[in-house]
Amino acid sequence: MLEPINVSLESLNLITLAPMLIAIAGGLIILILDLINGKLHKSLYVMLTILILMVDFGATLGLNVNERGFFDVMLIDGISIISQLMIIVGSMIFIPLALTSKRFHEYSYPEFFALFLFMVAGFQFMVASDNLILIFVGLETASLSLYTLIALHNRSNSYEAAVKYFTMGALAAAFFAMGSAVVYALTGSVELYKVAEVMATRLNEPGLMIAIFGSSVLLLIAFSFKLSLFPFHTWAPDVYEGASAPLAGYMSVVPKIAAFVVSIRIFGMYIDLGVEWVRIVILVLAVLTMTLANIMALVQEDVKRMLAYSSISHAGFIMAALALDTTEGTTSIFLYYALFMFTNLGAFSMLWISRHKNRRFDARYDHPYEKFAGFIQIMPIGAVMMGLFMLSLAGVPPFSVFWGKIYVMQAAVNAGYIWLAIVMGLNSAIAAYYYLKLIVYMFLMDPIKDVDTI
Amino acid sequence: MDNILSILVFFPAIAGLLGFVVDKESARAYGITVAAIEFLLSLWLWFSFDTANAGMQFVEMIPLIPSFGISYYIGVDGISLFIILMATLMTLIGMVGMSTTKNIKNMIITLLFLEMTMVGVFVALDAIIFYLFWELSLVPMLYIIGAWGGPLRIYASVKFFLYTFTGSLIMLVGMLFMAYIYHNTTGIWSFAITDWYALVLPVNYQLWLFVAFFFGFAIKVPMFPFHTWLPYAHGQAPTIGSVILAAVLLKMGTYGFVRFSLPMFPDASVMMITPIAVLAIIMIIYTAMVAYAQKDIKQVIAYSSVSHMGIIMLGIFAMNAEGISGSIFQMLSHGIVSGALFMLVGVIYDRRHTKLMSEFGGLASVMPKYAVIFGIMLMASVGLPLTIGFVGEFLVLLGFYQVSPIMTILAGTSIIIGAIYMLAVYKKSFFGPVTNEANKTLKDLDAKETWSLVPLVLIVIWLGIYPKPVLEPIDNSVKAMLVFMDKKAITQEAKDMIRVSKSTEGGI
Repeated sequence: MLEPINVSLESLNLITLAPMLIAIAGGLIILILDLINGKLHKSLYVMLTILILMVDFGATLGLNVNERGFFDVMLIDGISIISQLMIIVGSMIFIPLALTSKRFHEYSYPEFFALFLFMVAGFQFMVASDNLILIFVGLETASLSLYTLIALHNRSNSYEAAVKYFTMGALAAAFFAMGSAVVYALTGSVELYKVAEVMATRLNEPGLMIAIFGSSVLLLIAFSFKLSLFPFHTWAPDVYEGASAPLAGYMSVVPKIAAFVVSIRIFGMYIDLGVEWVRIVILVLAVLTMTLANIMALVQEDVKRMLAYSSISHAGFIMAALALDTTEGTTSIFLYYALFMFTNLGAFSMLWISRHKNRRFDARYDHPYEKFAGFIQIMPIGAVMMGLFMLSLAGVPPFSVFWGKIYVMQAAVNAGYIWLAIVMGLNSAIAAYYYLKLIVYMFLMDPIKDVDTI
Repeated sequence: MDNILSILVFFPAIAGLLGFVVDKESARAYGITVAAIEFLLSLWLWFSFDTANAGMQFVEMIPLIPSFGISYYIGVDGISLFIILMATLMTLIGMVGMSTTKNIKNMIITLLFLEMTMVGVFVALDAIIFYLFWELSLVPMLYIIGAWGGPLRIYASVKFFLYTFTGSLIMLVGMLFMAYIYHNTTGIWSFAITDWYALVLPVNYQLWLFVAFFFGFAIKVPMFPFHTWLPYAHGQAPTIGSVILAAVLLKMGTYGFVRFSLPMFPDASVMMITPIAVLAIIMIIYTAMVAYAQKDIKQVIAYSSVSHMGIIMLGIFAMNAEGISGSIFQMLSHGIVSGALFMLVGVIYDRRHTKLMSEFGGLASVMPKYAVIFGIMLMASVGLPLTIGFVGEFLVLLGFYQVSPIMTILAGTSIIIGAIYMLAVYKKSFFGPVTNEANKTLKDLDAKETWSLVPLVLIVIWLGIYPKPVLEPIDNSVKAMLVFMDKKAITQEAKDMIRVSKSTEGGI
């Protein structure tokens, strides 16, 4: 006979679920509203989404630190709160861009906003759990919504982007599932804190290291896809190009925050256990990512693709900080991403402002550099803002990303990785070139004569 | 006014921001007024400066990020005082003499921001603040070269930016490592340079850190073989850009060596004397020869600039009071003289839109005032006694003679080669008959140009005859620094080398 299990409501600590539930309920409300009255204007949905996100923000702020809940699968620690807040703030910055006066297809669907809120909930689940299954569920919820959001842009290359992203995401999901399976086989648990305990006792068993390392590699591949690390980055530029510009900016920041938090939890565990190989593999990946993505960015002819490669390179920076596995390293990740979030979203949004339905400058690209020639004369304030974003991304003091950069570099130096700091420095110098190229086009060149607007 | 330094730093920046409101027609007058006020403020700084005090004065400190040890920490001593004065003076003079009319408002605003960063670099006593101004100075210069420059301006400006940016990022790693060591030894985070001075480092650390800082500073100086960006930048920059670049921006590099490398890494600096002296001598002789081969007057001056920067580097690494004071004085004299020469080239370029020597000849008979001023500046550049150029060059050579007589003799040839290429320029452009028809109707200097150049001539002659008021505060601070370095040095060779200075104390 099975013993009946008594579950008291208090022990579930349901409040830990509140933020995600708010987002999901908000999404459902939007869908119901649409059912009742299909003619509502998008501005209503935008404002509703912002309000729901604000409530979500408040609920997240109200959580107590270091608690578990809902059968102990929810983990509310400092990292999960701060990353949830960042995710919500990033989303709140993104969504008002839908208010644009120009008609764009996706924003006329209320589903867009519902899906968006489901996606936010998915990210929140990812960062607020150390249960591999719940992480997987959150990851897939968020990713499936995101694929659809991309496709809603309703242009041929956005379908291509969505399908490409979907295929890559499916592959990543497979790797994640396999990695988790190996972890489960090794330790009989999917809860990371239990996994760590069991693994620590079994580390010295002969022949087991290969399995432990193997599990970490499978998981690493899964997250490399999500974080677009080399050599799993190839989807990123195409997908960013296909998606609408602000969504691309959003994709380059918010999903990555979620994926980074999970990576901190998983790979931090491996490194803490003393599996030094994991650290080495991550460092190699990180250095390759930042360097190669930078070099690729140099030769891009399209600003959006350049920004895509640049955000891959920035992800490499963060990944390197992750490999340090020190408190400073982890702090610097959040600082860097918080600063990077504003800058990168800003830069992509400037592309959004300058976009046009027809490709007037180039048959292949939406945002070729030539389009920005003499931008200062056409749209002075826009050009100055874009210039500031570029300088910030390049890490010129005193603009925001510079401070993120010195924190990351300082963390690397403090952890004894001076070579890493130098590699980061040199990479920033390479990166300066392509950011500068846009500045040069905007400020120092004359507009292409026969086109008076962009 | 204890906070005069903050005023000096932020006054031009605020004026620059407000400048957006000023009408396009009045922008130039606005800029000149602001620069004049800034110059007067810096004069005031000089008069309230206590010349007997060798340490930091007018110190201000406001913690910015206390947990990370970053603070807004500024101050001035004899070494930086006159460079600040020169920066404000050259900005003012450059603005007065400026002939640019295209987008004049943007130019004025950019110049004012540039002035902020220049003053900021020389007053910063916190490494991060220093780095901040250092990097920020690239942006306005990029814009000046890129927007108002010659046909290759974009290539030149991007090259300038990337070269310096790369070097300074390596320097940044050095700074972060320095802070890390400081944290390890004392348990406190600090980026204050004065705190770093107190730290005695093992020799191998000193060497690595010296190399890291070397990249940042040497590219800016620019030392051979990193000098290739400079002729492009000068060749393409508008007159005002060249003036500021030669007069002030290059000095940031040599100033960095004096402010950071020497007192922080005395042993490494002494070990590096020979390699750096060799580079400096290559720089002096090689670029002087290259200068002789140029056809363009501006390029001659650009290369002669590099050559003179070599003399400055040599003086800094003489490790004695004569050498270092001499090079700081030479920084001032080079700033004034090369700034003036670039302005003079600008004058002729405005009239003829060419800078090629072959286009000119016999200018002395057409433009007598111009020829006189050009002649004086040229003599000062060569280092004729009783001009400002002589004092610095002589002290540097005197100082380095105590290190190595042979190298000093090699470096001394620069005066000879310098005389050759400078006089060749003068002969080809100013003497002889007026061969080119277009030159016969050239106007002599107008009032604006005269008023901007005459003060420089006066300074050249005044400081050439009586350099004491400037030299004395410099010398005080330099001696204090040398005594400190001597105390701090751990290897015997370094102590011996730095001690040389004491035996000849008061030799000036």
